[in-house]
Amino acid sequence: MLALLVVTVIAAVRSEDLFAAAVLFGIYSFLTAVLFMDLDAVDVAFTEASVGAGVSTVLLLSTLRLTGRFQRKSRRSPVLPLLVVAMTGAALVYGMLDVPRFGDPLAPAHTHVAPRYVQEGMNETGVPNMVTGILASYRGYDTLGETIVVFTAALAVMMLLGTRVRGGSSRGREAIGDLLVLRVVGKVLISFILLFALYVQFHGDYGAGGGFQAGVIFATGFIVYDLVFGEADGRRVMPHVQAERLIALGILFYIGVGVVGMLLGSNFLDYSPLAHDPVHGQHLGILLVEFGIGVAVFGAVMSIFNAFSGLRLPTDNGQADA
Amino acid sequence: MAIVIEVLSWICFLLGGFLCLTGAVGLLRLPDFFSRLHANSITETLAAPLLLCGVMLQIELSLDTVKLLMVLAFLLSTNPTATHALVKGALVDGEVPVAGDEPPDEKEEESSNT
Amino acid sequence: MHNYLLSVFLMMGSLYVVIAHGNLVKKVIGLGMFSTAVFIFYIAMGKIAGGSAPIVEEGVTVYSNPVPHVLMLTAIVVGVASTAVGLSLAIRIKAAYGTVEEDEITAQDNRAEEQMEADS
Repeated sequence: MLALLVVTVIAAVRSEDLFAAAVLFGIYSFLTAVLFMDLDAVDVAFTEASVGAGVSTVLLLSTLRLTGRFQRKSRRSPVLPLLVVAMTGAALVYGMLDVPRFGDPLAPAHTHVAPRYVQEGMNETGVPNMVTGILASYRGYDTLGETIVVFTAALAVMMLLGTRVRGGSSRGREAIGDLLVLRVVGKVLISFILLFALYVQFHGDYGAGGGFQAGVIFATGFIVYDLVFGEADGRRVMPHVQAERLIALGILFYIGVGVVGMLLGSNFLDYSPLAHDPVHGQHLGILLVEFGIGVAVFGAVMSIFNAFSGLRLPTDNGQADA
Repeated sequence: MAIVIEVLSWICFLLGGFLCLTGAVGLLRLPDFFSRLHANSITETLAAPLLLCGVMLQIELSLDTVKLLMVLAFLLSTNPTATHALVKGALVDGEVPVAGDEPPDEKEEESSNT
Repeated sequence: MHNYLLSVFLMMGSLYVVIAHGNLVKKVIGLGMFSTAVFIFYIAMGKIAGGSAPIVEEGVTVYSNPVPHVLMLTAIVVGVASTAVGLSLAIRIKAAYGTVEEDEITAQDNRAEEQMEADS
C-alpha cells in the first residue's frame, strides 16, 4: 500500500503528459482513501474517495481540455529545487523524531479533548457517529466557516469563468455518435446514484456519511446526466440559476438553524432548545445542519462543473469541440 | 461444509488475483489500443467480481452480503459501459483495430477496417 | 513511524513538483498531492492501536481519535474548492497569455513592462 503510493507519486512527478499526471493523481487519491480505511478513518476515506478521486480528477481533465495536454520541458536545472526539497525534508524528519510511537494511546493528541468527545459524545448529542457529532455540534462553528469557504470558491469560479454556454450544446451526442448503451445504463444508474446520495445524507448519523459526501454524490448524478445527454438537456433538468441559488440556500439554512437557537433563548448554533429535551435537540440540529451542508455542497459542485463545462477553446469560433 | 466454503473463497481470491495480473500484463504488452482495452475489461468484469464473491463467501450471510451484492451489480453495470464509451470515442477519433496477424507497422499496406 | 516518514516523502515529492515544474496545471496537481500527504500524516497520528472506527458500537471500548478525522474532512473539502479556483485561474491565464508555462508568462510580462517603460 505505502509502496504503491510512493510509486504513484514518483510516476506523477516524472510524467510530462499532464493527462497521465491527472489520472495518476486520481489513483493516488484512491490509494490514500484505502489507506485511510486501514487507519480507521471511515468518514475521511469516504470523503477523499468521492471528492478527491472523483471531483478533482474531473476538474483536472476539464482543465486539460483547454490548456493543453503536455508540459514543456523545463530549462532550469533541477539542482536548486532538489536541494530545497531535501533540506525541508530533513528538517521535517528531524522535527518528527520526537513524535509519539504510532498508535500509542497515551499520546498528547489523544488525552486532551478527545476522551470527552468519545465518552460523552453519544450521550450529549445522540448520534453514534462521533465524527458527525463533532463536525456538526461540538465544532459546528468551524463547519459553518468551511461551508462558506466552499460558497466563496464556487463564487470565485463563476466570476472567473462565467456560466453561459457558448457554442453548440449537444456535445455528448456529437462526440461519440449513437449513445444507446450509455443512455440506457445511465438512466438506471442515475436513479441509484441519487438514492445512494440521499441514503448517505440521512444515514450519516449512524454510519459513515454526512453532508459533504452526500452533496458531492448527488451532484455526480446530475453530472452523469449532463455528460450522457448533452448540456442542453442537462441545463434544462438543473438550471444553472437554481444551482446557484441552492448554494446560498444551504448556507442560509445552516445559519438559520443557529439563529433559531438564539431566538429560543440560547447561544448561536446551540441546538439544545430545538426539541423537548437537549439530546433530541442536538440530534435534530445535527440532522438539519447536515442537510444544509449537503444542499450547499451540491449547488457548489454543480455550479463549478457548469462553469468548467460551459467553456470553449479560445480558437473555436463558437463551434462545439469534440 | 465450512471447509468447502473456505476453499471455494480461496479459489475465488486466487483466480481473481491471477486475472488481475493477466489484465495488467495485457494492458502493457498488447500492441493495439482495442486489444489493450479488451484485456483491461477482463479485470473489471471477471477479476473484481471474483474477488467480491470470495469476500462474500468469507463472511456470514447478513446485511453485508447484500451490500456486497449491490456493489457487484454496480460494478458489472458501470465498468463495461465505460469501456464501451472509450471504444466508441476511439473509433470516432480514428483509431482502427489491427486485424489479422500482420505486425502493426505493415498496417498501412494491408488496411483492413472492421 | 513508517507512516509518518512516508507522508514526509510524499510531501517532498509534491513540493518538488510545485517548485521545479513550470506548467501551472502541474503545480496545481502537485499542491493537491501535497495536501493529501498532509492528511495522511494527521490521520496516522489519530490512530490508536487496537482501536476501531469512531462510530459507537456495542462491545467496542477503544475508538480511534475522531478529532483529526473531523479536521481532515474539513481540509479535504476546502482543498478541492481551492483546486477548483486554481484551475479556473489557470484557464483564464491561458486565455490571456496564450500559455500556461511559467517561463513564457514571466517573459511576456517582462516584455510588456519594457514596452511600457519605453513608451513613457
